[in-house]
Amino acid sequence: MRVFGWLVLAAALPLGAARAQDTVPPADRGVRIGITYTPGLRPGMLVLGGAHDALLDSIRTIVERDLDYSDRFELITLPGGDSLTIGIATDPSRSGARTPAAPPAASGPYVNYPLYAALGADYAVNVFRGDSGGVGITLYDVKGELVRRQVAISGAAPDPELRIQVHRATDEMVRIASGVAGIAATRLVFLQRDRIYRVDADGAAVTAVSPAGVRVFSPAWEAGGRRIVYTEFGSGQDRLYILNLATGERRLISPTATSQNWTPAFSPDATALAFARTTDDGTDIYTYNLASDCCLQRLTIGRFSDNLSPTFSPDGRRIAFVSNRPGLPQIYVMAADGTGQELFAPFDYGVTGSSNAPEWSPDGLSIAFHREVAGSPQVFVMDVASRRVRQLTSAGRNEDPTWAPDGRHLTFVSDRTGSRQLWVIDLDTGRVRQVTRVGEARLPAWSPRIGQP
Amino acid sequence: MRLALPMTIGLAVVLAAAACGGGAAPPPPAPQPNQDSIEAARREQATRDSIAREQARRDSAARAQAEADRIRRQRESDSLQALAREGDAVKAMIARAVHFDFDKSNIRPGEDTEILDEKLRVLQANPGLTLEITGHADERGSDEYNLALGNRRALSAKQYLTGRGIDAGRLTTKSMGEEQPVDPAQTEDAWAKNRRDEFTAGGSATLRRP
Repeated sequence: MRVFGWLVLAAALPLGAARAQDTVPPADRGVRIGITYTPGLRPGMLVLGGAHDALLDSIRTIVERDLDYSDRFELITLPGGDSLTIGIATDPSRSGARTPAAPPAASGPYVNYPLYAALGADYAVNVFRGDSGGVGITLYDVKGELVRRQVAISGAAPDPELRIQVHRATDEMVRIASGVAGIAATRLVFLQRDRIYRVDADGAAVTAVSPAGVRVFSPAWEAGGRRIVYTEFGSGQDRLYILNLATGERRLISPTATSQNWTPAFSPDATALAFARTTDDGTDIYTYNLASDCCLQRLTIGRFSDNLSPTFSPDGRRIAFVSNRPGLPQIYVMAADGTGQELFAPFDYGVTGSSNAPEWSPDGLSIAFHREVAGSPQVFVMDVASRRVRQLTSAGRNEDPTWAPDGRHLTFVSDRTGSRQLWVIDLDTGRVRQVTRVGEARLPAWSPRIGQP
Repeated sequence: MRLALPMTIGLAVVLAAAACGGGAAPPPPAPQPNQDSIEAARREQATRDSIAREQARRDSAARAQAEADRIRRQRESDSLQALAREGDAVKAMIARAVHFDFDKSNIRPGEDTEILDEKLRVLQANPGLTLEITGHADERGSDEYNLALGNRRALSAKQYLTGRGIDAGRLTTKSMGEEQPVDPAQTEDAWAKNRRDEFTAGGSATLRRP
């Protein structure tokens, strides 16, 4: 966050510069002042305040948090917290400023662009209540001194619907201001004890989604964000079910009524499932055609190895998976028909630890997975083109990474605060934040953007 | 019959008195026991005695029978208990778990092969016996990979037994991954206990010692 006030910045500069002398080459001095990343490139974002209004205040809180969690802006905070707020006195909906071209200051509310600019804001967001009682969110372009976008919120909606509406509106603001839509209108499913729960990406609204009293495992999303697939543990058989989150309707994947079936994944077009299934001599990857409800097809023949945790490339043409054919589990890849199986993430034999839980990024460029380092799993990302891996975490156990739809954020499980909880890391800034504060969370799966119902 | 006997005696006395009628009435003779009635009474007694003896004989036979039954039942019970004791001993043999090294699924020579050899003998002595083998992992390692690891451990024990002549159809395998620890502690001891195959008997009602 950018702290308001040049005095504060000015005071910080000499200190930062002094510290930087130890680490930064002379050529960079004065440019990268003790900061690893380049937050200065991020636009400043000011969330405007207003008179007390319970609904607006709660929406404003959600909007501000969503903008912050997008990691694409420097959120401008005012000194003294809420003792000083900057707001717009007059209702902007009367301004007629719905088109970016119309100068809003001309006809209605006084939007103090010079002040926002002086605070370092490139954009300002206002949550307002119109004359008719309707609620909306406006994005102001401070430099251009115009309204860039206005989105109406149905304020009468019940809480979960209101929250997702606000998330969607904020994602739109993020898209206008940064060029890439935000990830606020997304959810995570995860396992708590033996049951699947969902949670909004900002950590709110934890809700059980799988039937009570049934031991389940390994939830994964369908592309549309409406259904998940998961394993239901039975006595002797572990079956796969597809669950419609809106209706609660469950569909058994019929060939999984025998054997143990684990780690399912939808193909990107949702016409097929890939999953691991126990055989007479191990665990192998199979696909099943959902569209025609037929044709169990075996892709790997393990013999003396186990193969599991398939994940499709976003074009549906390749499947990355885990195989322990080199002795320890490592990340492999094959064509979606099972041909061309080869090692994917390089490793040093006898040095590199077990690698597991691969997930292909939505942009297809990366694979996230976890790998044992000195006895603890850590989150890694591999660049698919160069096959270079980099380690993202080091504190505690960090495992089971799952991508946000923006391909920039990952949720993973970490025990860094004692119990296993879900955390998010922003790959661009390295910022890490905690999502859940539940009993214990594991095996997360991040949804696509949740569309209009 | 019992009522008729006294009436017969009474009638005989009346007839005797009538026969002595006429002249000076002699003093009434002292009543003499009537031979017939004595005989009847004796027969009556004999009958009673005979009935009692028969009753006693029957009672005695019933008692003997009951005693014999009791003994037979006791013997049956004792032998069932013995069988059950033997069955329990065999079940204990079956239930002994084998354990594994961290992230490994090979059967370790020594204690674990001895445990499997014992199960092998039990399976050979009880042709109707089937076994369910459940593989488990400790909590370390990947949650999902541990399912495959548990399966691999169950398959290792199955392969050990089928490799020594046990029909594969008598052995089923499954994995619980790391989901059912016997000891939830996060210590080396607990982890070592949790890396295991469990064995559950099915099929045979009674189990013979090998």
